[in-house]
Amino acid sequence: MADQDKEMTGADKVTIIVHSGDLDKIYSAIIIANGSLAMGMEATLFFTFWGLQRLKKGGLDKGPLSKMNMLGLGRWMVKKRMGAAKVASLETLLADFKELDGKIIACEMTMEVMGIRKEDLRQDLIDEYGAVGTYVQEARGSAINLFI
Amino acid sequence: MAEIKVDCRGQNCPVPLVETRKALKKAAPGDVVEVTGDHPASKKEIPMAVKALGLELLEVEDEEGSEWRIRIRR
Repeated sequence: MADQDKEMTGADKVTIIVHSGDLDKIYSAIIIANGSLAMGMEATLFFTFWGLQRLKKGGLDKGPLSKMNMLGLGRWMVKKRMGAAKVASLETLLADFKELDGKIIACEMTMEVMGIRKEDLRQDLIDEYGAVGTYVQEARGSAINLFI
Repeated sequence: MAEIKVDCRGQNCPVPLVETRKALKKAAPGDVVEVTGDHPASKKEIPMAVKALGLELLEVEDEEGSEWRIRIRR
């Protein structure tokens, strides 16, 4: 199948908008993305708003929990339990994502609104900077589209 | 033809699936990838991924305890 046809039929691709910066939701997004790559799909993560904060240098695992954060106590407990259950770190998961050719897009509008410069971000992980049009181009060719 | 071993024992979701995919990506056509693990869902899901990738599932073997071994030809 030609590449163009593939884009039109929305073949094997997943696109996820990572809007939340919450620790648990970042985990959900990246685990789904990695699972998709492992199952032979293409995957794109579009980081925007609070999600983009996690791509700031040193910010990857700094998000709170979406529920029961309890001023960080819930977060601490969940991280401890994740360690005991041998859940891989976000850093490891993102390294796997890149190794399997996953694509990361950083939202330019968020950068403008929140005063984030490219130098503030993990440029080693980001493949592209773009706005809504870039997202739509990815999403229109994706069988799975999620907003997390 | 090479035989590549991947040890995912003690690893949780999605690591066994991802490590299998990484090994298959590095393997040459005809190479055999053998994955050992004990994560229950991965025993079902790795064969699903193999099918989706259009590769050959050679065997799914139960080992001692909850361990399993899956062999795949690239």
